[in-house]
Amino acid sequence: MKDTGPETFLRFDNVKKSYDQKNLVVKGFDMDVRDGEFITLLGPSGSGKTTVLMMLAGFESVTSGDIAIAGKSINKTAPNKRNIGMVFQNYALFPHMTVAENLAYPLKVRKLPKAQVRDRVAEYLDLVELSEFGDRRPGQLSGGQRQRVALARAMIFEPTLILMDEPLGALDKNLREQMQFEITRLHKQMGFTVIYVTHDQTEALSMSSRIAVFNDGIVQQCAPPAELYEHPANAFVAEFIGENNFIPGTVITRDATSAKVQTDGGTIVAQAAEGLTEGSACRVSIRPEKLFIPPTNHDYDNALTVRFNTRIYVGDFIRYYFKLTDGTDIIVKVLNDLSAPDFDNGAEAQLLWLASDCIAFPAG
Amino acid sequence: MKRFPEYYSFWHYSGHYALRVVAFLVLVFLMLPILVIMPLSFNSEPFFTFTEGMLSLDPDAYSLRWYQEILDDQKWQLAIRNSFAVGIAAALIATTLGTLAAVGLSSPWMPYKRLITALLLSPMIVPLIIIAAGMFFFYTRFNLVGTFTGLIIAHAALGVPFVIITVTATLSGFDRSLFSAGLSLGAQPVKVFWDIVIPLIRPGVIAGGLFAFVTSFDEVVLVLFLAGPEQRTIPRQMFSGLREQINPTILAVATLLVVLSATLLFTLEALRRRSARLSGSA
Repeated sequence: MKDTGPETFLRFDNVKKSYDQKNLVVKGFDMDVRDGEFITLLGPSGSGKTTVLMMLAGFESVTSGDIAIAGKSINKTAPNKRNIGMVFQNYALFPHMTVAENLAYPLKVRKLPKAQVRDRVAEYLDLVELSEFGDRRPGQLSGGQRQRVALARAMIFEPTLILMDEPLGALDKNLREQMQFEITRLHKQMGFTVIYVTHDQTEALSMSSRIAVFNDGIVQQCAPPAELYEHPANAFVAEFIGENNFIPGTVITRDATSAKVQTDGGTIVAQAAEGLTEGSACRVSIRPEKLFIPPTNHDYDNALTVRFNTRIYVGDFIRYYFKLTDGTDIIVKVLNDLSAPDFDNGAEAQLLWLASDCIAFPAG
Repeated sequence: MKRFPEYYSFWHYSGHYALRVVAFLVLVFLMLPILVIMPLSFNSEPFFTFTEGMLSLDPDAYSLRWYQEILDDQKWQLAIRNSFAVGIAAALIATTLGTLAAVGLSSPWMPYKRLITALLLSPMIVPLIIIAAGMFFFYTRFNLVGTFTGLIIAHAALGVPFVIITVTATLSGFDRSLFSAGLSLGAQPVKVFWDIVIPLIRPGVIAGGLFAFVTSFDEVVLVLFLAGPEQRTIPRQMFSGLREQINPTILAVATLLVVLSATLLFTLEALRRRSARLSGSA
């Protein structure tokens, strides 16, 4: 076991989970979380992210490995003794209690004096801007309001760690953005640590200090949002986070940072990902918004000739669909301004981009 | 009256009305035996038939003397007290055990769920006479024949399946994450059960308890086998009343029972609606 640094608040040490003693759902999860961080566990469904959260909350047992808070293992602590706030996917508000009673419940369980409970409930209702709604039942609230009650209830007993299990999944798009803002505000204001589970990458990118991308029970990459987007560690992350084009090719030469790749349409220069070897097949990833269609005054290192397929008018930008000579689809996003060109069906076009914007990953 | 679709032919219309007539006849068939005893219980003569006076609505032909008879007769008094005592005790036991069983059976980690459910529900399926005979021989070993304890235990066993069924039904709509939420807020599992689970499944628990009470209340086979004269219940008293002293007191008792059952039925329905409203708003 590694030494726990003084700044580490929550530590996962080689945590594994198996439901049937045969297949591992979580295959050795390691992570050090600093106090006050906003960590998102992001991944497709069935990738093990919710299982990690449930083990942390104590609703699932840890098959092997250790979870420690402030240096103390919590593997053998009952869920009700962990003092971890949790916001559930469907809010899990008690339907037979009023909003105020819901908020008061964790305080009553902790046997706080009545006057103090009343004050604290009023304070937290105010915090989530629901002061008028204390006497309502959860059934009489809108989705967004219920979500805020659930947040307040998870915070009111002042836990240092709050878990959120896809809390915005049931809300519509506008409300979701509003609640993202709300959660970020509360996190900054109150300073607690958040472990947030979602499959929505927009949510993850806009809220987190760091994101752990899960696939198949393994963390593929754990990094701040910008790094995850700009420098994905492998093809899965590149494909899962944001949109990406993949151009197939063969590595001709590679040095420490870059690689020369032979594609059907010509030679291109890309950054080399780990595990890339000379002479092997590879996939070069390039984001749709990093591709330029001439005429343009952007710098470029690479140019490929493509055939125009179709263009879709989205509003704030326009999506162009091209095809490479080998038939691979290439999407280009262009801001909807005067520079957005028109093409005839099947017309030839050039795509330009910088070598620093594309990464060559080993194929397979 | 509701308008029929334009395309309706003669046969559509006749089918529509024929269905109504048949449905009405079935209803009459089911209700008539119950309804007919009600006016008869007000008969001023000791007969089980409508007298001429009754048919001509002569006020003198009607009386409350059979209801008075219930109040005056020591045997009926004892039977009524016994029925309520045994029914309430059995219902309380059945409700407690049945609720616990239902909660256990609805847990996703419960092993042998089907087998145990089948066993617990068996008193509802196994013919009563077999249960009665079995219990009789079993009870003789423990000197439970002819005791209130024995009768209450037997009736509780009959009531448990009803409680399990109604509570399981309410639990199926119970969101398990509410339990997890209670734990995460720091409450002990037992406290979460009392504060969160019980209030939310209460309609099912009460409905089950009422069913268990009614089951005990009109049960006669087990009483015939297991009860002594001291434990005579209303159905047992009616049974001997029919054979020994034929008079309309039985009809008066029957009428009271119908009223009681109807009251319980309406209570159940009100509870069901309340529960639907609560879970609908959840």
